[in-house]
Amino acid sequence: MKKKTNGFLWLSATPFFVLIIGFLFLPFIAMITSSFRKTGETSFSIANYTEVFSNKFYLQAIGNSLLISFLASLIGILVAVFVAYSITKFSSKGQERLLLLANMTSNFAGVPLAFAYIVLLGTSGLFTILFNELNIGIFQGFNLYSWFGLVIIYIYFQIPLAIMLLYPIYLGIEKKWKEAATLLGASPMQFWMKIGIPFIMPGIAGTFSILFANAMGAYATAYALVGSNFNLLPIRIGALISGDIFAQPELGSALAVFLGVSMTVALLINEWLMRLVRRDLA
Amino acid sequence: MRENKRVHQIIVTITLLYLFIPLAATFLYSLSTTWNKTILPEGLTLKWFSELFQDPRFIDALMRTIQLTVGTMVVSILIMVPAIFAITVYAPRFEKWLQTIVLFPYAMPGVVAAVGLLSIYSKSGLSMVLVLGGSYFVLILPFMYQGVRNSLRTVNAKTLVEAAELLGASRSTAFWKVIVPNITPGIIVSSLLSFSVLFGEFVLANILVGGNFETIQIYLYRRLRESGHLSSAIVVSYFLLLLVLSWIMVSLSRRGTLKLKKKEPTV
Repeated sequence: MKKKTNGFLWLSATPFFVLIIGFLFLPFIAMITSSFRKTGETSFSIANYTEVFSNKFYLQAIGNSLLISFLASLIGILVAVFVAYSITKFSSKGQERLLLLANMTSNFAGVPLAFAYIVLLGTSGLFTILFNELNIGIFQGFNLYSWFGLVIIYIYFQIPLAIMLLYPIYLGIEKKWKEAATLLGASPMQFWMKIGIPFIMPGIAGTFSILFANAMGAYATAYALVGSNFNLLPIRIGALISGDIFAQPELGSALAVFLGVSMTVALLINEWLMRLVRRDLA
Repeated sequence: MRENKRVHQIIVTITLLYLFIPLAATFLYSLSTTWNKTILPEGLTLKWFSELFQDPRFIDALMRTIQLTVGTMVVSILIMVPAIFAITVYAPRFEKWLQTIVLFPYAMPGVVAAVGLLSIYSKSGLSMVLVLGGSYFVLILPFMYQGVRNSLRTVNAKTLVEAAELLGASRSTAFWKVIVPNITPGIIVSSLLSFSVLFGEFVLANILVGGNFETIQIYLYRRLRESGHLSSAIVVSYFLLLLVLSWIMVSLSRRGTLKLKKKEPTV
């Protein structure tokens, strides 16, 4: 009996673990070991890391990535906090449809999204022409291929994701809490200040950390917009590992380890905050 | 109270407008003859779509993408469903490990994953297309795992198997005749989700195989600067596909068998 179970278990689990090891663990280990190796040498060295943290160019890439991810996630979540709440006020059929739309647009990222924005706001984009014709000043001097333009596009893909993540958290606020609070004489304002906001706060912070990780790792959007011209962390990594002449995979590995670690930290923060929310729910 | 409702409708409408304007503009652009200097397109035409679908390079790219994604999905389903089933039912003590493993891809965006894959496989002689497939297997791991595990849980796999075995069914009969039919809708939903993720994947494809195996995303990237109208026809077709996929997903997951719990953030 025991043997039979093990046989079935082994037979079904082995291919799975072979693939996991081959395409997840081994590359992961290879990346870490290579990050501790100087180009062309085999001995252990932290030279790549000292290079990363002393070279202005790489520090700038890290700074740019942190800043743009922070800004885009902050604005994304500020918008989504209101929109997700408004969605909960629709009929259940309406809510379902709205979430479907959010789900769909959240898939609209990377190269197609960058292209849509080029059509809209690029040098001969539709809005660019429209605003020029109408002489509307706000878009004068707007350049999609600038940092400002990039933030605009990042915000676009953050909003639907943030809505999808925040929506279920609002569902956790039960109607009876509101009724009880009203019965006890609380105004809506008091309800939100004392009960609502404290309840959703961990969820908001958790969602923020996911958005942040999402933006930190984003590569295709910026790459499609201006190639390798933006000095962002993922773009630098891509250039370091795939450039033919200037390839420095070891240095790229060190940057990639840094990126992976910062994303892990963001996701762990979310995990921890979500546990707070769920404990309240239980 | 009614006034309040109006506010929510306005907020949602503005958001939807914001989300759909780039799409609408791309859609209109893909249907216009020329649209460079005027506020509205100078004329409407379907020629970009017909040109696109007659471009052998596009058809090739589409076929490559379909082969790659469908191939990965099939392998993933065949390998993951039995593995997750066996572990949840017969070796639940390993579940915790499994849950940790499937979170890994979240912390490794495409560009990070590509670093390790390149350093191991770029000189190994293994076809980089296969490596790409392997990396896609890892990429969709979290979605497939969530879907399969949730379905196993909702149908109460353990009890079902025990009942089947009590009635004299062998382990594999129990799995194929009882479990698989019950979790199929769940598998389909997570497959569709994974499919839309893989269909939109650019980073790994670009770094690992690039022009040697032009997928639809790479094709789009390379066409961006050549013809705006043609590119918008690609984007529109791509989005229509996403629309159909999402719609199928939602109606499938609504259809009774798979009663998804309150949607939780998956991370």
